[in-house]
Amino acid sequence: MSVAIQAESLAKSFGTTRALDGVDLEVAAGTVLGLLGPNGAGKTTAVRILATLLAPTAGRAQIGGYDVVRQPHQVRQLIGLTGQYAAVDESLSGTENLSMLGRLLGLGKAQASQRAAELLEHFDLAEAGGRMVKTYSGGMRRRLDLAASLVGQPPVLFLDEPTTGLDPRSRNGLWAVIRELVAEGTTLLLTTQYMEEADHLAGHIAVIDHGQVIATGTPDELKAKIGGQVLEVRPANPSAVDRAAGLLVELTGNQATIDRDIRLISVPMPDPAWLPVAVRRLDEAGIIVVDLALRRPSLDEVFLTLTGRPAEAEPLQDGAGHERSAA
Amino acid sequence: MSADASTLPDGPMNPRLRRISPGLALRHALLVARRNLLQVRGNPQLVIFVLIQPILFVLLFVYVFGGAISGSSRQYVQYVIPGIIVQTVVFVTSVTGIGLNEDLAKGIIDRFRSLPIARSAVLAGRILSDTVRLTATVVAILTVGMLLGFRITTSPVAALAGLVLIIAFGIALSWVAALIGLSVRNPETAQSAGFIWMFPLTFASSAFVVASTMPGWLQPFVRINPISVAADALRGLLLAGPVLGPVLKTVAWIVALTVVFAPLAIRQFRRLA
Repeated sequence: MSVAIQAESLAKSFGTTRALDGVDLEVAAGTVLGLLGPNGAGKTTAVRILATLLAPTAGRAQIGGYDVVRQPHQVRQLIGLTGQYAAVDESLSGTENLSMLGRLLGLGKAQASQRAAELLEHFDLAEAGGRMVKTYSGGMRRRLDLAASLVGQPPVLFLDEPTTGLDPRSRNGLWAVIRELVAEGTTLLLTTQYMEEADHLAGHIAVIDHGQVIATGTPDELKAKIGGQVLEVRPANPSAVDRAAGLLVELTGNQATIDRDIRLISVPMPDPAWLPVAVRRLDEAGIIVVDLALRRPSLDEVFLTLTGRPAEAEPLQDGAGHERSAA
Repeated sequence: MSADASTLPDGPMNPRLRRISPGLALRHALLVARRNLLQVRGNPQLVIFVLIQPILFVLLFVYVFGGAISGSSRQYVQYVIPGIIVQTVVFVTSVTGIGLNEDLAKGIIDRFRSLPIARSAVLAGRILSDTVRLTATVVAILTVGMLLGFRITTSPVAALAGLVLIIAFGIALSWVAALIGLSVRNPETAQSAGFIWMFPLTFASSAFVVASTMPGWLQPFVRINPISVAADALRGLLLAGPVLGPVLKTVAWIVALTVVFAPLAIRQFRRLA
């Protein structure tokens, strides 16, 4: 199978900050790679380098065999980019936004209008096409933004956190469209900080943190990495949550995730045989449990296991803003 | 420079264009310019800034200050219209910086930069659309001025040359605004940073009053101020008075501003990534 996106030892420094620290990526044509990581992990920097917007400090990258630094013009003919913020023109209508891009890409006036109409129809924006984008909802803007990156029918698509800030319904709608694109053969590199999103859309996942890829594999392989299952325990009494968590951490040697709002403790449990032990210890400590379950781990827990901290931690630094000021 | 064939799938991954011809680059710039001008419909405040505000300036200066400065508003209108044209051209160039900054902040420049279009399209398109905007403003002020009694006393050719000169002066200043717009973080800063230097420059000039009425220490500045020079050149070409000296000085300013600021703005644009 041919390689659509390839990066070798990609590095990028902004002043003393190493945003990317030797990243290798490979995406086979027609597949989806999910680049998963928290804010400031280097996802956007990686996408900007692959989309020819940013020169790497070291390493190299190719799209369809064309080097992003030496052959950017060829690369740009192969790619579509949808960034974190809907890059559409608010003072223009949806139709005008898309047909302007069509004409920039070499379509005639009539062809560009027709392409715009097709895309608007496909993205459920046909009725809003004549309206100024400033009247659109967040979900509509994102759909238009995605449509805008598809005007030239690029075989390779970069989506940088395409659903951040969307409500669940808009997000599901966008996911459906993305899956369709992939079914039609588009190669997709998707960045996300949502495990669920990567799980849903990506055949392969690269987990990135502090500018380095810390794990790769299919969603199932990554889940298998943390081994076995996850034990969920819900003490009846809120005051017992910490004690119960302490017991479970001691027993399993793994980090526990605690959701205080619903008093839920989750801890990876490599060996199901430990379940009765856990129950006995909790009982001995006089902790009454209202819920107890073993389940398969989520990718959030994979992240926690790999990095020792939750994926959706406080942003370390504002990726895009930082890059801009330091560039 | 061909790609490794083994990594190239059949069909779709085949870029058609090797390079962009100058004709294509011009087409791209024109399309971006057209888009910039279409934006005006969605921004009534831009119309106010570019058209209504200058007209208010004309009315205020002529009827409020006119009597005090020149003895009568009828006399003053002859003096001040060329000055207000220059002042407005200077103010309107700030739109270049604000527009570029907004496009930058909203990721629109990133989108353009990820397309297989000429690198020059964004800046060239911006300068082109602002030329159209400048022309509209100049024509509007001249029209209002004529309604208030302003009369061109030279030839139409000289008058046209004067307007072209002033629009060229505006384009040269647009590069300054472009550099500011591409260097600051947000549109608000672009607005204030783009404006702050304009007030002392336009008022400490011969745009509204003759330099000889100002204190001696200020006069050397007023005389080399590009806005004085441009206002004097326009007066010479529309009305009477010395032409060659002010026109040559204005051309020198246009060349100097462009030579210094166009490369800086282009360099800043390239570094943005």
